Amino acid sequence: MTDGMKQIFKQTPYLTDTQRNFCPGCTHGTIHRVFCEVLEELQLLEKTVIVVPVGCSTLSVDYFEFDTIQAAHGRAPAVATGVKRSSPENFVITYQGDGDLASIGTAEIVHAANRGENITTIFVNNGIYGMTGGQMAPTSLIGWKTETSPYGRKASSDGNPIRMSEMLSQLNGPAYIARTSVDSPKNIMGTKRAIRKAFQAQIKGLGFSLVEILSTCPTNWGMNPVDSLKRIQEETMNYYPLGEFKVTEGL
Amino acid sequence: MSEKILMKGAEVLGEAAIKAACRLFFGYPITPQNEAPAYMAKRLPEVGGTFLQAESEVAAINMLYGAAGAGHRVMTTSSSPGISLMMEGISYIAGAELPVVLANVMRGGPGLGGIGPAQADYFQSTKGGGHGDYRIITLAPSDLQEQVDLMYDAFDLADEYRNPVMILTDGLLGQIMEAVEFKRVKDPATLKAKPWAATGRKGRTKNLITSFDLDLDGLERHNQKIQAKYALAKQKEVRFQDFHAEDAEIIVVAYGTMARICKTAISHMRSEGASVGLFRPISLWPFPENQILQLAQKPSTKAILVFELSAGQMVEDVKMYTHDIKPIHFHGRTGGNVPSPQEVIEKIKAVQKEVR
Repeated sequence: MTDGMKQIFKQTPYLTDTQRNFCPGCTHGTIHRVFCEVLEELQLLEKTVIVVPVGCSTLSVDYFEFDTIQAAHGRAPAVATGVKRSSPENFVITYQGDGDLASIGTAEIVHAANRGENITTIFVNNGIYGMTGGQMAPTSLIGWKTETSPYGRKASSDGNPIRMSEMLSQLNGPAYIARTSVDSPKNIMGTKRAIRKAFQAQIKGLGFSLVEILSTCPTNWGMNPVDSLKRIQEETMNYYPLGEFKVTEGL
Repeated sequence: MSEKILMKGAEVLGEAAIKAACRLFFGYPITPQNEAPAYMAKRLPEVGGTFLQAESEVAAINMLYGAAGAGHRVMTTSSSPGISLMMEGISYIAGAELPVVLANVMRGGPGLGGIGPAQADYFQSTKGGGHGDYRIITLAPSDLQEQVDLMYDAFDLADEYRNPVMILTDGLLGQIMEAVEFKRVKDPATLKAKPWAATGRKGRTKNLITSFDLDLDGLERHNQKIQAKYALAKQKEVRFQDFHAEDAEIIVVAYGTMARICKTAISHMRSEGASVGLFRPISLWPFPENQILQLAQKPSTKAILVFELSAGQMVEDVKMYTHDIKPIHFHGRTGGNVPSPQEVIEKIKAVQKEVR
């Protein structure tokens, strides 16, 4: 460091220095930084156990400095239940994509939320399967062309995109449910605030918390990173409104 | 506590696990083992443990994965269709090298099948069951006292090999009542530490619980490590019982409930001077392959007769390990039907006639 200059920013030590294998322009990296900075603020390095199931989230096994459990597709909320029930002193997170949470893992997320499991779910919703190469997700919008909806998603044959946060907020178990986005600095700050609240819910033992984060997939959307962020603003947010859907008393 | 107590088989599974220092149970209702989760729901809170009824067998096995990954003794019980649903999770548990104990109170299949006793999940349990190269240490009791003793060992074996251990029992052993004694009691505080577990990285670097490796050579090394454990288990963990088999002309091979019925039939026939004995595998994986081969090689052995509550599964292992050097006969019942000792005697007599 040059004399007279002081360091005003550095990467949180909660993330490893390993090379990332996410595609260029992908917002997983932003989300990792945001929630790891909140973990650092709360000094949770020695308590955290994160459960990463299947999808692009699986790549994260090497990216966190805290204990990590890799789980089967969709089953992270059940695995996290096993960790938290056996070790209530640990701070337990699941990090799940939309194919994982809203399709193959619907039973596990609904019941973990309904039991009010004292865990936090970070739900990354980009409306497509990334790891397997761009298939239609339960969250893909009507009209979106994907590998498995080459003529565009149709409600009549493919069903409607599923709003998980709204659905889960109908249950009594959750303490905190919010939807945020990482399309802009302002919304990234909003994401950080929501994650802080969700983590506080777990620290206070109030029950299940979830932050759904609208995200991009430039590779499988076939768009450049800037246009991908615009797509969130112009398309995704219209169907998936941002906001807090459930904030329990005492939070 | 070392007195005999009259208990139902499914409940014995639960109490034996508690005596083996298990304080966590995740499960889902299915007949004929419902008494086990019901017993644990009542009993675990009394010893400071946790019972949770999962939303499905799929969720239950993944709760085991999480609790075992966090370093705790944990178990579930289920029956055939439920065990099928758990197979994905069991493969992950074996791949991630986690210790869990399972009990399959087998019922008639395939599909929904029925609720009568069966032994038709032998292949599923001893050959892996889910995807990938892995094995489940499989122990088959033939009475409730043995179920107590094997459950106790199952937790130690799971910890030692960091692998799933299955108590393979059936609807008959799950539902009968017998007097049992819990001679050994282990305090969870005395269990060995698990430095590999995901407990939060206090005073150490990060722990990672995973079966995932995109590096082909890395994954192969992982598989070789798992296979080395299995080779060791094959050397050290073989269990069997021999009942008048040493000098018998006809060797009956059976396990679990079926072995019990065969024992009654053979005792009766021996009292009438028949040269027949029983070889009972207790560890179905690792299978007592050398012991069955040695029996087959004896000049006194004229034929082998395998009885199962299935259409013929273990008989394939008996054929493989004896290299067909002696004639092998099979009698099986399915659908939840259990042969009487008389039916067994008739089959043995038919083979006796053929031998002469």
